[in-house]
Amino acid sequence: MPKVTRFPVRASTSERMGEFTQHLRKNGFHVGVQETEMGLRSLGHIDLADPFEVRMALKAICCTDLHGHDRFDDLFNAFWLNQSVMRTRHQDTDVRKPDPSSFSNLSSFMQQQDTGRTGETDTPDNDNDGEADSDGEGKLVSTKVVNNNRTDLREFLRPEDRDLAERAAQRIAAAIRYRRSRRRKAARKGESIDLRRVIRRSIGTGGEPMQLLRRRRPNRPVHLVSILDVSGSMTLYARAFLAFIRGLIDIDQRADAFVFHTNLMCVSDALRDNDTLRAVNRLSIMAQGFGGGTRIGTCLKQFNSQYANRIIGRRSVVIIMSDGYDTGNSDLVGAELQRLRRKGCKIIWLNPLLGWRDYEPVAASMAAALPYLDCFAPCNTLESLAALEFELERL
Amino acid sequence: MMTWTDLKSRLGEAGYVASNELAMAIHIALQLERPILLEGDAGVGKTQVAKTLAEIESTELIRLQCYEGLDAAAAIYEWNYQRQLLSIRAAADSGASAEAMEARIFSREFLLERPLLRAIQQDRPPVLLIDEIDRADEEFEAFLLEVLSDFQITIPELGTIAATSRPIVVLTANGTRDLSDALRRRCIYSHVPYPDRATELAILEKRGPDLSPHLAAQIVGFVQAIRKEDLDKKPGVAETLDWAAALAGLGLKDLTDDPVALQASLVALLKTEADQAAIPAEVAQRLAGVAG
Repeated sequence: MPKVTRFPVRASTSERMGEFTQHLRKNGFHVGVQETEMGLRSLGHIDLADPFEVRMALKAICCTDLHGHDRFDDLFNAFWLNQSVMRTRHQDTDVRKPDPSSFSNLSSFMQQQDTGRTGETDTPDNDNDGEADSDGEGKLVSTKVVNNNRTDLREFLRPEDRDLAERAAQRIAAAIRYRRSRRRKAARKGESIDLRRVIRRSIGTGGEPMQLLRRRRPNRPVHLVSILDVSGSMTLYARAFLAFIRGLIDIDQRADAFVFHTNLMCVSDALRDNDTLRAVNRLSIMAQGFGGGTRIGTCLKQFNSQYANRIIGRRSVVIIMSDGYDTGNSDLVGAELQRLRRKGCKIIWLNPLLGWRDYEPVAASMAAALPYLDCFAPCNTLESLAALEFELERL
Repeated sequence: MMTWTDLKSRLGEAGYVASNELAMAIHIALQLERPILLEGDAGVGKTQVAKTLAEIESTELIRLQCYEGLDAAAAIYEWNYQRQLLSIRAAADSGASAEAMEARIFSREFLLERPLLRAIQQDRPPVLLIDEIDRADEEFEAFLLEVLSDFQITIPELGTIAATSRPIVVLTANGTRDLSDALRRRCIYSHVPYPDRATELAILEKRGPDLSPHLAAQIVGFVQAIRKEDLDKKPGVAETLDWAAALAGLGLKDLTDDPVALQASLVALLKTEADQAAIPAEVAQRLAGVAG
């Protein structure tokens, strides 16, 4: 390897390269000894005197995805060219103080859950759809029953209830988790013949395939994507649903979760955070605007253009949890759902209001969405969530 | 020793205009004998990289198109069952022992090579293109990891087949699903973006029909502008070339000359109904007016 003069005398090239991979690792890159070694080897094949060449070479080696690809140049410059201060780990979460107003947002969930009233916060902003009568005085089918299972989700307060919601989520996830694979595996019974094993077996019978062995398609996990409405009208349910989503996410590393009100945010990573306090902090930073208006159509559009191409496939099940009250354009909801559906996924819409007596999905957005849903179900009680299990198994 | 700029100009001579980053990534991958993973939207020329590499190395291109449910039998090897059956019957009549028969029917003679096995069996290192790897499922990724790390394939009946030559492996992905970290880390990574104006102009000049510089600049300007619109499927380089050919065929000298012909020719650029509706004649005219 050519002798390098750019590096300080105190450290050898390989030491510095090691430090560099460490620097990348602290900034969230998945790099290790293998990359250090490859990086050092690559230096022999390029012009070391040109920092841009070195940067491009190391970029090709150390990046593994688009996200890293976009950030690499800055990190490289910070380390080798001393153009900015080196970053430290978790700067975002540790250094920045959580906004107090966002805390009040979260705590307001709890307070509102205490009130036990239904009316005020639910007022639809879209007042031309004539459902005001189903709004303020909507009685719950099951509030009188003491059994937890039948309590409206709005009354969730205690941690054990949250556990219940998480468990319900896990059962439901288990019900929709598997769908038939297109790959075949050896099995006792199945629709096609496993020639490879038949031939093997037939040697013993002089080439006569006496025993027909089978192959079939096993079940394979589906990819769950949940999208939760956290706008004003859903405030009372949002907390329980967050627990529900967390349950969905916990059992499957690949599941994704989003929340939206007037904007869409990906919360999978925040919900997966093992450090509960940090998870709450992250959520509350994201939660600014919780309890505000809703723009379902715009948020679905954002989802379609930003995430859907990457994460939605034929094996996806999208669970939307929203009451369908929308301040945006309802035509857009239909158009975007149609676009989402074209990607081949299943769409499930869980609406807490559907459990109310005499509720009709007349909100403009809800009506626009209906033709594109594979399943439209209530979710205002735990029991209704559990009933979904059978409903979803059929999908 | 070949430098990355040499590689870039050789790619250029073969008709592929690569960005500096891409040329460097390919260079590193070739020098370190690593697979290269190219990620980017459809139609930015990922597959073409492999074809051009095969051309400049004057070697064979072996292509494996991935799809959901792709399994070892279609990607690596399969036994020729019909021949095996016939052979067993023939041998049974001649009274051969079971061991001899087994050894015979599980020999190389009865093995059907699929792309991966074929790629490691060549005398001269071929270019192995594993196209749209993100369409294949996780199980297949696991097969692939074994092949890509050791360049050997284990067949239970036959033993391990080691590579006679290490193929140049090019994987492409366009984000149908996320690839595993293990696979990503085995590869040199490069993200292939849509080309910028100058690059696309160079590509059009190299691969497109004969156009006046004015029209070529207009075409590229128009495509660059249309990619900024809100479309389901943004047109890639292949679409630009198709469209340029269409315009050349229509004999247009200037995009603003004939609005009707321009609108009709957009079928080469916009591939869904929604996208065609999103660019009505007025918008097309506005874009064409600005594109010059």
